[in-house]
Amino acid sequence: MELFVAQIITGLANASSLFLVACGLSLIFGVTRIVNFAHGSLYMLGAYIGYSLMQVLPGAFGFWGAILLAGIAVGLVGVLVEMLVLRPVYRAPELFQLVATFGVILVVQDLALIIWGPEDLLGPRAPGLRGVYRIMGEPIPKYDIVLLLITPFIALALWYLIARTRLGVLVRAATQDREMVGALGVNQAWLFTGVFALGSALAGLGGALQLPKGGADLLMDFNILAPVFVVVVIGGMGSLPGAYLAAIIISVLNVFGVTYLPQSTLVLMFVVMIVVLMIRPYGLFGREEVAGEHGQVGEPELPIKPASPNVRMIVAAGLIILALLPLYGSSFSQVLATDILIFCLFAASLHFLLGLGGLVSFGHAAYYGGGAYVAALLVTHADSPMELAFLLAPLGAGLAALAIGWVCLRLTGVYFAMLTLAFAQLLWSLVFQWGDVTGGDDGLVNLWPADWLNDTTVYFYFTLLFAVGGILMLRHVAHSPFGYALRAARDSQRQAESTGIDTRRVQLLAFGFAGLMGGLAGALFVFSKGSVFPNELEIARSFDALIVVFLGGVKTLAGGVVGGAFFKGVEDILTRFEYWRLVMGFLIIFVVILAPEGIAGSMRKLVRRLQSSKTGGSQ
Amino acid sequence: MQRKTFLKALLATAALATMPLSAVAQDTIKIGEINHYKRLAAFAEPYKKGIELALEEANAAGGVLGKQLEFIFRDDQGEPGEAVKIAEELMTREGAVMLTGTILSNVGLAISSYAGEKGYVYLASEPLADSLVWAAGNKYTFRLRASTFMQAAMLAEAAAKTDAKRFATIAPNYAYGKDAVAAFKENLLKLKPDAEFVAEQWPALFKIDAGAEVQALERAKPDAIYNVTFGPDLAKFVREGGDRGLFEGRGVYGLLSGEPEYIDPLGDEAPEGWTVTGYPWYDLNDGPGGDFVSAYQTRWDDYPRIGSLVGYMTVQSIVAALEKAGSTETEAIRDAFEDLGVSTPVGDITFRSSDHQSTMGAYVGTTALRDGRGVMVDWDYKEGANYLPSAEEVAKLRPAD
Repeated sequence: MELFVAQIITGLANASSLFLVACGLSLIFGVTRIVNFAHGSLYMLGAYIGYSLMQVLPGAFGFWGAILLAGIAVGLVGVLVEMLVLRPVYRAPELFQLVATFGVILVVQDLALIIWGPEDLLGPRAPGLRGVYRIMGEPIPKYDIVLLLITPFIALALWYLIARTRLGVLVRAATQDREMVGALGVNQAWLFTGVFALGSALAGLGGALQLPKGGADLLMDFNILAPVFVVVVIGGMGSLPGAYLAAIIISVLNVFGVTYLPQSTLVLMFVVMIVVLMIRPYGLFGREEVAGEHGQVGEPELPIKPASPNVRMIVAAGLIILALLPLYGSSFSQVLATDILIFCLFAASLHFLLGLGGLVSFGHAAYYGGGAYVAALLVTHADSPMELAFLLAPLGAGLAALAIGWVCLRLTGVYFAMLTLAFAQLLWSLVFQWGDVTGGDDGLVNLWPADWLNDTTVYFYFTLLFAVGGILMLRHVAHSPFGYALRAARDSQRQAESTGIDTRRVQLLAFGFAGLMGGLAGALFVFSKGSVFPNELEIARSFDALIVVFLGGVKTLAGGVVGGAFFKGVEDILTRFEYWRLVMGFLIIFVVILAPEGIAGSMRKLVRRLQSSKTGGSQ
Repeated sequence: MQRKTFLKALLATAALATMPLSAVAQDTIKIGEINHYKRLAAFAEPYKKGIELALEEANAAGGVLGKQLEFIFRDDQGEPGEAVKIAEELMTREGAVMLTGTILSNVGLAISSYAGEKGYVYLASEPLADSLVWAAGNKYTFRLRASTFMQAAMLAEAAAKTDAKRFATIAPNYAYGKDAVAAFKENLLKLKPDAEFVAEQWPALFKIDAGAEVQALERAKPDAIYNVTFGPDLAKFVREGGDRGLFEGRGVYGLLSGEPEYIDPLGDEAPEGWTVTGYPWYDLNDGPGGDFVSAYQTRWDDYPRIGSLVGYMTVQSIVAALEKAGSTETEAIRDAFEDLGVSTPVGDITFRSSDHQSTMGAYVGTTALRDGRGVMVDWDYKEGANYLPSAEEVAKLRPAD
């Protein structure tokens, strides 16, 4: 019993930082509809800034003042980010902003490294709060009790702000219908900036408050991201009470998980999320999403059409030049081209789901990595010939995608996205944990192509064939009746249904098909590298693809491929430099602002404009 | 300015890409070094400094085989796939004669698998996974640093000398943590068959819920605790455990916990009385170990970490191998590494021909506080050879060449 109480207290104390960060994210999403990937970076900045201030400011007053100031400073950083990075892209396609926030992550990572150095910083103790209180005989650190008490206080203050002030009225109104708020004469731009600043400040506060329980390190931005998203989704996007309750549920369950099921630490929160979303598809206190339900945000998309003869010629010429690479390029250039082709296929498969299906999957690495592992496991455990493993891998990934899609398609929007992420994480942790079969994170090694394929040049052609074939096939399907049905389901589910399209079936098939193609890319990958590790199933890999599709242009057929080639090519050059993440981050932000429709989308627009000015420009 | 240098660099890269290989003058011997310079900056930077120091010394002494030695450092982002791509580039385009580097085991294993297939020599400097030289070992991969198994065996030996019977373990939930616990168990049960393991905690790497872990360990009432957590996890674990009295009256055995990389960030909250493996550079005043410490401090105005030592020894091993080989041909270097003897700051080490593991050992000691920072006292250097399985045993572990 004593232990039980002590465990609950530990859980509640842990919930406090999590809640602060999560409620900031939830607020931001509720009002601006921005999925802010950079929220973890703001949390990390809060910790670092708080640490630096605590070195300067003396005593208890200095300690608490530093926490407060860290919150304010991060709030100001939030203002900067919102005004410089996000404001130019509010009218871009839905979720495009997350690419911009990804750029911010990269920039902050390198800036933090430059300013605070690589070594982990141990958080200072809260003055006068070292040691423990004994509660029913169990030792509880004093600072835990303080955290426990602070959180409801902050939650209450937030509640007052939202429920009782004019600003709160506006925020709530904007959460429900931001166009209406704008129409009523409220300056949306400042409202958005204000909410983003508040959300950022809360993240900074969370980072500074946890200092006495840990410290500041360069990995904490990504480490907090998954739990925070889980909390926000379980609570219901945009709901503060939901975030509070979810933070407590996750933290307390985690404490019991640690004690009674120590191996559960990797998956527990994702399992909880899946269970909650199965019962309540919009989280505990979330409402069904209304915004963007009918059609998409931003400019209406042009109907797709087969490429013009000119474009075909250009693509054909490009392919011929690529195919002749072994004649003029080094062996390394073939390896690099192989890498890029594989990544393009992976990105194209996600683009098929995202662009044509409107299905935002945050867990596409499950199929890429899944395909890679199917091939690797077949070779390792069944001694299957490489060719057979290669063919079965996409099938395995496709089947997995069908199964996961079947569950996830019950939800929509961000909830759908988070559920796909949760399943990808389940798969990742299965592979990670089940060392006897999958090798855990030591992976599976010595998986090389069959002898006739093992030459770099031959494998390059092999990849060229399958990657280009796969991409063309994805493109072909887009122009088939199935592709039309898929886009109909995306643009208006109701109208599509009324014309007799079984939208759910169409979307499920699309999910399976995209998974199949992702698996093909994974199979190509595994035999080009000769080994596979759980990295290929990680969240980061899913995000890579996501970023690339948006960078390339969601609303163009070539988006995935263009983005993939651009991203991989630039990455190969940039990683040779010391602060490449900084440059990469700025480059991404730059592209986002300059080309809000993605690279391919903006190019197309440019070409159109040139064409129309050539023909007189009268229309 | 940033953009300008960036553009310049871009042009330079483009120029490099179009330049035919033969135009690169072959007056240096190049070694390809792949590491996670960004992802694990705190570990990779001291390592790189160690390499640079050794390089300067070697080149000032006339280089190797009459040529200057040069390292090409590349960042792999901690991604195995990237590392393999870079390895290919280093070997086929940059003209490197062999590969070295990495800290993360999975990246090391990826390069090792690639090196084995393509027939390139790879000296795994820092990755600790046992499988690198055993279950997944190959003809072309050698490893410098004392493996997980060896260091765990040293701690198990120390733990077996006490009366502790009930052991609890806490290790990050990934391959390194699992290997470390398994090796500790295996070695401890050999020496102390009646030892029992009453709790095994597996926090997710760098995501420890320290309060809960401490409560769970306390609940099991162990006599001694074996800790494998490191980095930010260790800081949180030490703080919560200290506050909640977990370590009082209990022996604690900490793998790597005494290495400057891990104990220094703890400052004056470093745990006292733990038995740990680490690197007591502050007490190394004379002999080759002391010489290295003072040379490093003179060169960098900073003290060496264990990574610095490994980086330094990496260069020493490569120099020795090249001299013994008398050529930069892969097969010659490979053959030279077998049973290669190297004089290093920790003494003479040998790369065993049976499993390609070097006999570099580790320092084992007890933690204490000195001038507000954690140090190791009563330490001993444990010869690595004494903690490695025999040639017959490893032959069973390794796949046939």
